[in-house]
Amino acid sequence: MSAVEDVVTEAPAVEAVPKRAMTLGLGTSLVVLAALVLAPLFVKNFIIFQMTMLLIYGLAVLALNILTGGSGQFSLGQSAFYAVGAYTSAILMEHVGMNYALTLPIAGLICFGFGFLFGQPALRLSGVYLALATFALATAMPQLLKLGFFEHWTGGVQGLVVTKPDAPFGLPMSQDMWLYYFTLVITIGIYIASVNLLRSRSGRAFMAIRDNEIAASAMGVDVALYKTLAFGVSAGITGIAGGLGAIAVQFVAPDGYTIVLSISLFLGMVVGGVGWLPGSIVGSAFIIFVPNIAEGISKGLSGAVFGVLLFLVIFLVPHGARQVAIVAQQLIGKLKK
Amino acid sequence: MRSATIRSAAFWTALITFAAANGSALAQKKYDTGATDTEIKIGHIVPYSGPASAYGIIGKTEEAYFKMINENGGIKGRKIKFISYDDAYSPPKAVEQVRKLVESDEVLLVFNALGTPSNTAIQKYLNSKKVPQLFVATGATKWNDPTHFPWTIGWQPSYQSEARIYAKFLMKEKPDAKIAVLYQNDDFGKDYLKGLKDGFAGKASAIIAEESYEVSEPTIDNHIVKLKASGADVLISITTPKFAAQTIKKMAEVDWKALQIVANVSTSVGAVMKPAGFENGQGVLSAHYAKDAGDAQWKDDPGMKKFLAFLDKHYPDADRTNSQVIYGYGAAQTLTKILEMSGDDLTRANIMKQAANLKDFTPDTLLPGVKINTSATDFAPIEQLQMMRFKGEKWEMFGDVISGEAVTH
Repeated sequence: MSAVEDVVTEAPAVEAVPKRAMTLGLGTSLVVLAALVLAPLFVKNFIIFQMTMLLIYGLAVLALNILTGGSGQFSLGQSAFYAVGAYTSAILMEHVGMNYALTLPIAGLICFGFGFLFGQPALRLSGVYLALATFALATAMPQLLKLGFFEHWTGGVQGLVVTKPDAPFGLPMSQDMWLYYFTLVITIGIYIASVNLLRSRSGRAFMAIRDNEIAASAMGVDVALYKTLAFGVSAGITGIAGGLGAIAVQFVAPDGYTIVLSISLFLGMVVGGVGWLPGSIVGSAFIIFVPNIAEGISKGLSGAVFGVLLFLVIFLVPHGARQVAIVAQQLIGKLKK
Repeated sequence: MRSATIRSAAFWTALITFAAANGSALAQKKYDTGATDTEIKIGHIVPYSGPASAYGIIGKTEEAYFKMINENGGIKGRKIKFISYDDAYSPPKAVEQVRKLVESDEVLLVFNALGTPSNTAIQKYLNSKKVPQLFVATGATKWNDPTHFPWTIGWQPSYQSEARIYAKFLMKEKPDAKIAVLYQNDDFGKDYLKGLKDGFAGKASAIIAEESYEVSEPTIDNHIVKLKASGADVLISITTPKFAAQTIKKMAEVDWKALQIVANVSTSVGAVMKPAGFENGQGVLSAHYAKDAGDAQWKDDPGMKKFLAFLDKHYPDADRTNSQVIYGYGAAQTLTKILEMSGDDLTRANIMKQAANLKDFTPDTLLPGVKINTSATDFAPIEQLQMMRFKGEKWEMFGDVISGEAVTH
């Protein structure tokens, strides 16, 4: 509800988002970074794998956040971009024999193109209508991947098994740990780039469009260009996340990229806080770990328990992790006084 | 590290005690991760949530079965610890849960994981870790591949085996049949179609029309009309329950009097035959390997009596006619057999060796004559089915048990 309010209600005038509202302070960022760098040294491989998935879904949520929180456009089609990225990486690795690291920029570029093109017709739509159009994209994608025409490349319904890369230069670390640090570096790179993007001229154009399209165009913002650009950037980042996901899971199949994934990512964005980039990782943690917690409480009713937990979060903190962070910040501020 | 030290200390203490008492006992007891003198840890994944959550019943039945084994003293004094997680039928989630089972819960083996996509996603991982992936709950044919995946073994008849049985049956009973095939456009449908074509080998021309449908199609009426126009007199319906019911109904509506064979997955009386209308389903053929708890002919069958007694005591709220319950019971019984055969040598290698060494094993719930046989080169446990015909409001078995084993691999 509040997420819709955040982007849909045409507020007459919205204060420009100050730098600090979009990111974490320097000190907090460093603490989080240190935790992410050091944690794998003390845990088992499978937890490292979970943390890798956390970063990967975090990237995908971040991408949606740029689109929805930044430019105010909805998308339920992120699973389609994620699938294209995953398949691009998997096909390049398994059929072409390309190095896994090189497949990621290609996956990103292809998805950028795909998203940019999809953004063209999407220009005519807004709000819930756009959400529906992207929904169509997400439901169509698994079937497109099954088409006999592409089967030689995609493996059809059976999917493709991907080989997990070893750590290079003979580094003494497990495959999981190497992949985690590899993903971490990419995630940090994309995070910094995204923060800078939103603070740049283009980012201000995105937000101007989000806040009031007519006003933005009156100010000379090329609305069509920036809207499609936002779609492209979001799809590109999602594609990179998809490629990383394929490498981490070692398997791609049409059934892995259904509409459920899109909805999970959307959910992650809302829980993390729409438009608040650090929230992406919190949202990602929610979609990975809360289903496990729900299952721990009751196996037969795990879906219902998950629903209740989700409802509580939305009811108590409608603005997601951002709200929690702001409250925490105020408390700390009071204590300092 | 510390637990390893303790374990090795315990080992040496045990060694000294045993060496003093009885030298031969030591040589027999061998364990891998997940097995001890008192416990065997079994890992399991199944969708308890999501679109395929109906299969969750299998996990619940198996849990109840192992509870019964434990109450009866376990296997050679060792209790089974059955750890079952939800993968929601999603391959990435399956990988996460299986890694948790292997690396955090430290199970001895992964048992009866469900679904072709999920099993494909974990197969390479489990084989590289040399953890047995026992009795996977999918009918895909690819699990029977001991050369490339020596740690993976199937259980139920593969779709191809079943399809070959229909081909065998038709070639014998209706040699001049003109066959139309309707199949679901996914791994299930395509695997099946391949088996059918292999089965007809020299006579592939017998199939005169093929139509495929997508799971997302609301109705398959137009496919039936098209197939009828082909002039075929046999329809093989490789469909999942909802579409199987639609097919049976539509054939009656357009008055297409062809002999119909429906895939075993869609033979549920409650979910397929009843919605399709009993009068429309008369004479439909299929094949099966397990008994049906709703069928009166098994009333005095000793195996089914054991099965029903188990349900009464350990899983009273189960739906007795649900085929998933029969399935879970049979699979759990097969695993119990393997663990008994492994004796005190509970290493992963020995478990696989025993799984590939089943000779004429018959779980309580399989049809008389259907036997589980495996060998080092045959990782397809159940390969026999019996034909059945729908009559009145139930299926009637007829003819001999037919083997669907491929002539050459």
